[in-house]
Amino acid sequence: MLRLTCTTTRIVHPGSLCRVTSITGPCDPNHRSPTESQLFKSIAQFCAQLAPGVRRRKTSLFKDIEHLVRLAVVMAIALVAFVGLRALVVPHSFGQYGHYRGAAIAEIAARPAAFAGHDVCEACHTDVVDQKKLGKHVVVPCEACHGAQAKHADDPASVKPSKLDTAVTCARCHEANSAKPKAFLQVVTADHSGGLACDTCHQPHRPRIEEASQTTPATERKK
Amino acid sequence: MDITRRRLLMLLPAAAVAWQYVQAGTPEASPNYKMTDHWWGMLIDIPKCIGCGSCVRACAEENDVPEGYYRTWIERYHVADWRIEKPEVESPEGGKQGFPPNHDLGGKNFFVPKLCNHCAESPCTQVCPVGATFVTPDGVVLVDKSYCLGCRYCVQACPYGCRFINPKTNTAEKCSLCYHRITKGLTTACCEVCPTGARQLADLKNPKDPIHEFLRTHTVQVLKPHMATGAKVFYNGMDGSVR
Repeated sequence: MLRLTCTTTRIVHPGSLCRVTSITGPCDPNHRSPTESQLFKSIAQFCAQLAPGVRRRKTSLFKDIEHLVRLAVVMAIALVAFVGLRALVVPHSFGQYGHYRGAAIAEIAARPAAFAGHDVCEACHTDVVDQKKLGKHVVVPCEACHGAQAKHADDPASVKPSKLDTAVTCARCHEANSAKPKAFLQVVTADHSGGLACDTCHQPHRPRIEEASQTTPATERKK
Repeated sequence: MDITRRRLLMLLPAAAVAWQYVQAGTPEASPNYKMTDHWWGMLIDIPKCIGCGSCVRACAEENDVPEGYYRTWIERYHVADWRIEKPEVESPEGGKQGFPPNHDLGGKNFFVPKLCNHCAESPCTQVCPVGATFVTPDGVVLVDKSYCLGCRYCVQACPYGCRFINPKTNTAEKCSLCYHRITKGLTTACCEVCPTGARQLADLKNPKDPIHEFLRTHTVQVLKPHMATGAKVFYNGMDGSVR
C-alpha cells in the first residue's frame, strides 16, 4: 500500500502554487507493487517539476523536529525564569513550619509589651503588696486599675502613672448589675456614695473600713 | 550637605525601611522560648466574670486595636425562663466601659467574654489563599500583616466572628493571644488585668499548669463544639444558651 505525504508549507511566488518540502514513503521499494511503484515515481516527478528544491528524506520518529526543539527551548527558558523569579520573590522562611512565612512568628513576638505584669510592680511597691495582703483586693492585679505601666517600669523616675478617679474606677467593677455573680460585692453608687470619690472612705488597696481607730479616710491618712 | 533630587530619591527607601523598623518597635529576643514545648489555650470561668471591661481596655491598649473594633469583647446574656433558645445578648462598645445597670430582670443573667478560640483545626487559616494566617507550632493563630491581602475570606470563615479588617492597614486582624507577651514568660494583657481571675492563660503542654486539674474537676465546654474547630478557649459554667 502506498503511503505518500506531501507537505505544502508556503507559497514561493505567484507563479507556482506551492513548495513541497518533503515526500515520505516506504523506504524499501521492494515491498511496493509495480503499479504502486510507478504511481509513486510519477507523483514524485510531478512534485519535483513543481518545486525543484524538494528532497526526499528518511522517515524519522518526529516529523519536523525543529518545531519541537524550538518549543522545548522556550519552555526550558520559561522554567528557569519561573524558578529564578520564585526564589527571588518568595521569602526564604516560607514553608519553614508550614504554608506561611516562618519569620512572621518572630516579628509578631518582637512587639514590645505595654503591661509590665504585677510581678514587676511588686518588686518595688512592697508597701502596697503588704496593704493588699490584708484585704480582699489581694487578688486584683495592679494594672487592672492603674492601666498599662510598662513605660513606668522601664523608667520609674520620669514616667509617673496618673492618679485614678476612684468614682469611675471602682464603679466599673462594683456598680450593681444583675448579670454579676451574686457573691461579688456590688453597690448602687448613686445611693451608696452619691457620686463621692470612693477613696474618701475606702483605702483602695485595702478597701474594707476597719474599726473606729482606722476609719480615717484614706485621703487624710496620706497627709 | 545639599539635598539634591537624586540624593533625596536615594534616601527615601532607606528612610522608609528605618520608619518601618521604628514602627515595629524594639525587637526583644526570647531565646529561652521553645515553640514545641507549648500548646496555648485559655480558660474562661463565666461565674467569675463581673463584666468590668478591663480585658477589653487592656487588649486595645496592648495591641493598638482601632476604636470600634475588638479582639476580645464581653457579651451580657439575659435568658428569660421560658426562652432559653432565644437569649438577649448585648455588648455595648464590646463591654469596654462596662455595662449599664440592669436590675431585677429575672431569668438568668451572666457575662461571656469572647476572643479568638485559637482553634487547632482553624477554619480561618484553611481559607487563606496566600498563607498570611497560620497556626504556629505552639498553637496560636496569627496573621502575617505583611502577607495579608485583605481579601476577607478569613473574616467570613471564622464561626466565632473574631476577625476584622483593620481600617488603617486594610489587613485582617485578630487576637494574637498576646504572642509577644507569652513568648517572654508573661501572661496575656487580658489575663494580666482580670481582677477576678475569670480569664486564665493555659499551656496545655505544661504538665504543671493548673488547667489540667481544672479540666478534670469541672464541666468545661468550648464554643460551637459541633463545628469541630478544635477550639482551645475553654468555658467553665457556660449556659446552653451561649452561642
